Amino acid sequence: MSVNLTNPEQPPVKPVAEAKHPSGDKRFKILEVHMKKLQFKQDALIEVLHKAQELFGYLEDDVLLFISAKLKLPPSRVYGVATFYHFFTLKPKGEHTCVVCMGTACYVKGADKVVEAVQNQLKIRAGETTTDNKVSLLTARCIGACGIAPAVVYDGTVIPRQTPESAMEQINKWVQS
Amino acid sequence: MTLNDLFQIKETELFARKKIVLRCCMAAGCMSSNSKGVKEQLEKAVIDAGLQNDIEVRGVGCMKLCCEGPLVQADPQEALFVKVTEKNAPSILTAIKGGKTDVTQADPHSAFFTKQLSIVLANSGVVDPERIESYITQDGYQALHDVLTEMTPKDVVETMVKSGLRGRGGAGFPTGIKWGTVAKSPGAKKYVICNADEGDPGAFMDRSVLESDPHSVLEGMAIAAYAVGADQGFIYVRAEYPLAIARLQTAIKQAKIMGLLGAGIFETPFHFNVDIRIGAGAFVCGEETALMMSVEGKRGTPRPRPPFPAESGLFGCPTLLNNVETFANVPAIYRNGAEWFANIGTEKSKGTKVFALAGKIKNTGLIEVPMGTPLRTIVEEMGGGAPDGGQIKAVQTGGPSGGCIPAEHLDTPVDYESLGKLGSIMGSGGMIVMDESTRMVDVARFFMEFCMDESCGKCIPCRAGTVQMHNLLEKILQRKATARDLALLEELCDMVRNTSLCGLGQTAPNPTLSTLRFFRNEYEALLQPDAHGPRSTQTETTTK
Repeated sequence: MSVNLTNPEQPPVKPVAEAKHPSGDKRFKILEVHMKKLQFKQDALIEVLHKAQELFGYLEDDVLLFISAKLKLPPSRVYGVATFYHFFTLKPKGEHTCVVCMGTACYVKGADKVVEAVQNQLKIRAGETTTDNKVSLLTARCIGACGIAPAVVYDGTVIPRQTPESAMEQINKWVQS
Repeated sequence: MTLNDLFQIKETELFARKKIVLRCCMAAGCMSSNSKGVKEQLEKAVIDAGLQNDIEVRGVGCMKLCCEGPLVQADPQEALFVKVTEKNAPSILTAIKGGKTDVTQADPHSAFFTKQLSIVLANSGVVDPERIESYITQDGYQALHDVLTEMTPKDVVETMVKSGLRGRGGAGFPTGIKWGTVAKSPGAKKYVICNADEGDPGAFMDRSVLESDPHSVLEGMAIAAYAVGADQGFIYVRAEYPLAIARLQTAIKQAKIMGLLGAGIFETPFHFNVDIRIGAGAFVCGEETALMMSVEGKRGTPRPRPPFPAESGLFGCPTLLNNVETFANVPAIYRNGAEWFANIGTEKSKGTKVFALAGKIKNTGLIEVPMGTPLRTIVEEMGGGAPDGGQIKAVQTGGPSGGCIPAEHLDTPVDYESLGKLGSIMGSGGMIVMDESTRMVDVARFFMEFCMDESCGKCIPCRAGTVQMHNLLEKILQRKATARDLALLEELCDMVRNTSLCGLGQTAPNPTLSTLRFFRNEYEALLQPDAHGPRSTQTETTTK
């Protein structure tokens, strides 16, 4: 039985249980395998979103709809969860990411000055990406590296004891590359 | 797996142990200063020198003095090498053979180390967190064996009550009573959850425990599960801690292979499984009801209590929820007895507490001290005071839910009641030292901004109140506020504290209230004269 028979005017919103996603993107297949491993359990939604973000870099509408269909959850639930947690992003990130830790220890040791310096240099605000899509500037609540404050995460690598100057140096390397 | 097997593993390990052990810190702090490269170079240097039969290079968990990382310690010489680089590897080998070295060394007998008493961190920096055998060598899983084979669940709960352990997540609820309540709750299915959603900025104790000694947490959870009658556990970890997640995954896998998790543990009918749930960056998920919503894959919003999780928690089943540090205390209590534990600490706060010492202080890192240790000992003797001859102004404990303790109150002992009296809380253990250059109004604004961003939006006092309080603090900082605004701020603090649904809102005004209590002059110095004269004494109830 096809979906179109019961609802002739509307094209099927959900991708049917076939292996391929209409876009032909193989990452959907990987995501589905991951969901299968979690037995399509609805309470595994956050795990699935983590995997999706790891695969796609961000959560676009297509991915959220795909997940909602596979886990048999209303799209509102999936969207609601994706937007509730800070870790998930619905916008693509730049080529490089610079995450400045703004935990208390980093803050009292001058992380705010690091953010300010990077903002001025890149002409963007925290949470934004440069127009050439090269660098995203983000701030973190606390990455738990308080012993080496202020810490900055450049492309996933935590670097200790940063100053506005050392941050500039790294950013300039990216911008010029 | 039997007790004999445990002994055998321990013996094999001890037999294979080499004369000299070089312990390299492989916790997240030192890893960010390239401790992995240091370890590789040390291994290479040992092979180059042909000493692989005498020297073991072991990756271990946090060695506490995080500010001096990467750290390498040699046993049995006790030499502690700090700020080690890859190039230092051959030089360290010369040093442990008795030669001279130019690598900086720290004194392992300084107050920072000698004033500590390790229960939770006893294995941290000693065992290899990626090998279960290493934990078994330190008598790991023996407590679980004894509990399963010699005690009834009722005995287990009673021992916990006697030990006097209180929850290390911040509120300090007696752990034994919590266990007893869950044990008594009727229900075929029960859950044990470990709260590792360490969201307080400036706190990294739970991360260090999970990275350094994951098996102690698993063992503690298994004992708790036996006591309350649960067969499924969850560890809810922050996504910001990838290393802790990886080490936990390894630990769970190894414990399952050895039959220390899963079905029929130690050949008893007891079975227990643990799954990891990864958080996604929401501070409110540290609140127990919100955390359970998140484990269920929903938005992490709290709900009113009762029913308490002990009666109706995860998926509507009775649920035991404890913090990482609480669980890490458990194996030691059953190994050494409840009396031993109850003898440590103060009358009402037993045992030790791990603090993450950070901020404007010379020695930053992880410390574990007996309850009742004066703050001054921690900050001045162990921490070494403010760097560059500065003056300590205040100590902030409890993160965004805590308060600032001014320097004149440094003689306060750290226990749940004393900190509460000063308007702060024990919290999970973040301790941020602030010096004269820190502006307290700015600190209050910083924490209020945090709470404003992290408010889940479910109840109005917190959602709207934090925004208004933040605006007022911003106005004061911009020197645009009058005494009227300050009065309004205090009124709002009181209202939000008394009417919010969960802990986040109820404690959000704490940093502001405590700075107002001790540093009111800093607020008043920023105020402008009021064009309409001083506010009347009658309380205004209307707010705009």
